[in-house]
Amino acid sequence: MGKIIRVSGPVVVAEDIENQKMFDVVRVGELNLIGEIIKMNGNKATIQVYEDTSGIKPGEKVETTGKPLSVELGPGLLKSIYDGIQRPLDIIRESSGDFIRRGYTANPIDLKAKWDFRPIVKKGDEIRGGQILGTVQETSLIEHKIMAPRRLEGKISEITDGKLTVTDVFAHVSTKNGERKLTMRQEWPVRTIRGVKSKLPPSIPLVTGQRVIDTFFPVAKGGTVAVPGPFGSGKTVVQHQLSKWADSEIVVYVGCGERGNEMTEILTTFPELQDPKSGKPLMERTILIANTSNMPVAAREASIYTGISIAEYYRDMGYGIALMADSTSRWAEALREISGRLEEMPGEEGYPAYLGRRLSEFYERSGNAIIDGNPDRNGSITIVGAVSPPGGDISEPVSQNTLRVTRVFWALDASLASRRHFPSINWLNSYSLYESELLPWFSENISKEWPTIYSRMMNILQKESELQEVVQLVGYDALPDREKSILDVAKIIREDYLQQSAFDDVDQYCSLKKQIVMMKLIMHYSEEIEKAVELGFSMEEIQNIPSKEKISRIKEVRENDLESYYKDAISSIDADLKRIRGEK
Amino acid sequence: MVKVGYKDISEISGPLIFVRGVKDAGYNEMVTIETPDGEIKSGQVLDTRNGLAIVQVFGSTSGLDSNNTTVRFRGETARIKVSDEVLGRIFNGLGEPIDNGPQLVSKEDVEIVGDAINPYSREEPSEFIQTGISTIDGMNTLVRGQKLPIFSGSGLPHNVLAAQIARQAKTLKTGESFAVVFGAMGITSEEANFFMNEFRKTGALSRAAIFMNLSSDPSMERIILPRVALTTAEYLAYEREYHVLVILTDMTNYCESLREISSAREEVPGRRGYPGYMYTDLSTIYERAGKIRGKNGSITQLPILTMPGDDITNPIPDLTGYITEGQIVMSRELQRKGVYPPVDVLPSLSRLMNQGIGKGRTREDHRGVADQLYSAYATGKDLRSLSAIVGEESLSASDKSYLKFADNFESKYVTQRLDEDRTIEDTLNISYDLLSELPESEMKRLKKDFITKYGKWK
Repeated sequence: MGKIIRVSGPVVVAEDIENQKMFDVVRVGELNLIGEIIKMNGNKATIQVYEDTSGIKPGEKVETTGKPLSVELGPGLLKSIYDGIQRPLDIIRESSGDFIRRGYTANPIDLKAKWDFRPIVKKGDEIRGGQILGTVQETSLIEHKIMAPRRLEGKISEITDGKLTVTDVFAHVSTKNGERKLTMRQEWPVRTIRGVKSKLPPSIPLVTGQRVIDTFFPVAKGGTVAVPGPFGSGKTVVQHQLSKWADSEIVVYVGCGERGNEMTEILTTFPELQDPKSGKPLMERTILIANTSNMPVAAREASIYTGISIAEYYRDMGYGIALMADSTSRWAEALREISGRLEEMPGEEGYPAYLGRRLSEFYERSGNAIIDGNPDRNGSITIVGAVSPPGGDISEPVSQNTLRVTRVFWALDASLASRRHFPSINWLNSYSLYESELLPWFSENISKEWPTIYSRMMNILQKESELQEVVQLVGYDALPDREKSILDVAKIIREDYLQQSAFDDVDQYCSLKKQIVMMKLIMHYSEEIEKAVELGFSMEEIQNIPSKEKISRIKEVRENDLESYYKDAISSIDADLKRIRGEK
Repeated sequence: MVKVGYKDISEISGPLIFVRGVKDAGYNEMVTIETPDGEIKSGQVLDTRNGLAIVQVFGSTSGLDSNNTTVRFRGETARIKVSDEVLGRIFNGLGEPIDNGPQLVSKEDVEIVGDAINPYSREEPSEFIQTGISTIDGMNTLVRGQKLPIFSGSGLPHNVLAAQIARQAKTLKTGESFAVVFGAMGITSEEANFFMNEFRKTGALSRAAIFMNLSSDPSMERIILPRVALTTAEYLAYEREYHVLVILTDMTNYCESLREISSAREEVPGRRGYPGYMYTDLSTIYERAGKIRGKNGSITQLPILTMPGDDITNPIPDLTGYITEGQIVMSRELQRKGVYPPVDVLPSLSRLMNQGIGKGRTREDHRGVADQLYSAYATGKDLRSLSAIVGEESLSASDKSYLKFADNFESKYVTQRLDEDRTIEDTLNISYDLLSELPESEMKRLKKDFITKYGKWK
């Protein structure tokens, strides 16, 4: 049996562990803490322990489980809340109380729950790994597809249906190496990528219902987004909004080293919120991984792998997944802390030299993919990773390594946040490299005018920032009316379009249809005042027309009343401007 | 049971001693150290190996030597006794009474490194705490179970504000028990006296537990102090159903002690020499605020920190801001103008505000009013710097009204007397007084219904 010879924080060194293998899970000390072998040297093994090691002494035992760190997969994952190594926090609470005591474990998925299994293959069918064998209605929103384990090949010799637990055998398969019994429960090592047949180029946007994102910086299904920003700039609110309203089928939310109360907020609000498409509670499609900042740091390192492995499993069923990682900086810090305890040679700012590789490996697990196995199907994983750069300065290693691999960048801006311009995504610094790939989709599915209106609005905003500099020098009054009109429209775009309240019943979700209507209204106003200015009217006369308020109030209008409101707003603007022209 | 004493100390470096010959010291185990002249110190194991234990000493290492110093391992991690009796008492950083009163007698003996609250057990904080201070109640609302630090600078009146909050804070409910846990880390005796007098004057002393580590006391105790204080607070909140307000001052001193130990251990330093694990370490303090489902008590934290050089990007405020649920930022510029409390609302934030305000809690229009004030004040401040360049004359009429608004906001809304306890209604009324100086069409954050219902526009 192995014995501990050194303890330093989450890092434990042991010697003489039988059958030790790299990355195997071990049980450490009399308390049976969970750990993972991360370095081997002769008969010595260095272990990162996923729980607090206070009181652990040299001489205590260490045993290997012989398996790498794995997630358990099967029906019952949805609606769960797990810690970084997939311990179910709700079940842990029943046994260990309100505080997480050490050494507690519980099965990640309920072994007793009965699921109504419906086979879609029959006796005698030849099957291959990845093939869908049957389905289970997991929640009212999601049908769980039971897939054959990878690398399996054979013929079904027996298959049942009806109420089964995840450990009941539902099929017997005769293979070259004899008979295999299949259960709905499977395991997957978290650090191993679940491969796919091939990856597809991005072509469909992930519709988020957030105007600044959908219109200006859209992300494709299967894409990657970096959201860096200083504290208080609204990273978490953006992530929450996306997990609420994005049109992915499943959301995996990884709270990685962040606040406990934020997880509570999701747990209390999601069951009450309705999915905009189906009207069902949002929790029915959500899986939470909560490893808050004060929970053990090694489990924080594991949490994003646990999250992405679960996401890959559902992707393999053919679903679109949105994975939120809040925050990857805390994950990187966990990596740094463990690296420091291992006395590795530090790279930039003390982060290990492999930080960039680990980050890009993680983001590479995203994508829009063709799944291996029958029937043919596509699934996607979109990763939205929050980054918390120290002091908001994104020249630091985590932000820089993230930006190298992600294709969308939402730059959160503290100065916008401090004037309560939310979402505080800076429209000048942010970018989306999917833009050109997605614009055709918008013009086909929403409106032909979308690409032109989009670029005109963007132009106005860019022009505004140039003009602001001129105003700083000469004052607003010195500008010609044509320029003043641009500033006027830019202000409307900023305040009435880009700003969106996350807490208003109507405004929190804005459909693409409503977005194009709003854009058209603003552009109509812009064209009309431009004409008036050309005719020689001054902005002073024009910009205070009462119908302008209609533009700012369109946010509050519900979808059903939108059409009539729009017509009414257009005619009031026309009438107001006609009146001005008539008076002169 | 007498613990074996070890005398083989191979190295003493800063606050660390290296003890040889130890076989089974537990990680984080407490140790007792007897110096050659009979003085007793305590310490904690930071790294343990077969035959070597690295011990961090609380207090100074002067007088220790490598032959006659005895180190005894206590066989347990740091624990303190807790009971109701802590209220009205004063302790040092290790939880030992320093007010000449009796030792605490209690069967309850708890570890000071508390286990993390299961996120599934937490209850979302949502009870509005009225502090009587407009900038907090109106724009950065504090709720019960929140951790809301004050980011200040040296010479700014953060202590006065903290004392005013402690004095005025109340909820709209009655019949609840309150307690204050006060943890002072490395503050001067003058500052300590200010708080003691404050507590005495208002009668808060009898329901306060005070943990005191002055700047002349051993700096290593500052590492233990907040954990001792919070363990006490947890007992009061979750076992005795008190609503506890924990004031921790000054977190900057805490972080400096952390850096001192880290450099003594020759760890790879992170930003500005602070250790890379400072975020995790701070979170084990701040995350101990909160509420637990099914329990009546709560812990609200009000940590105070002074930003070195008023720099909010310094690692101490920076990491704190990433953990806490917002921050109240004090401004030297307002202080110079004679504004008290000099709270700069723009960088300030309360993340839990939305849960604590609105219909049934404060008032339905609270969110809109706050947002409107924020954006109007931000616009006013921008114009202030613009008018400094191009002159006030070249501003438009509407711009001039914003300029006036910013001035009035500072002198009428932010400014209040030391003993002025404004109700939330008062605060909202003042807001409408100020906003109604601006054109009604600019009120884009306020819903139409609320403008009609509460507005003062003609």
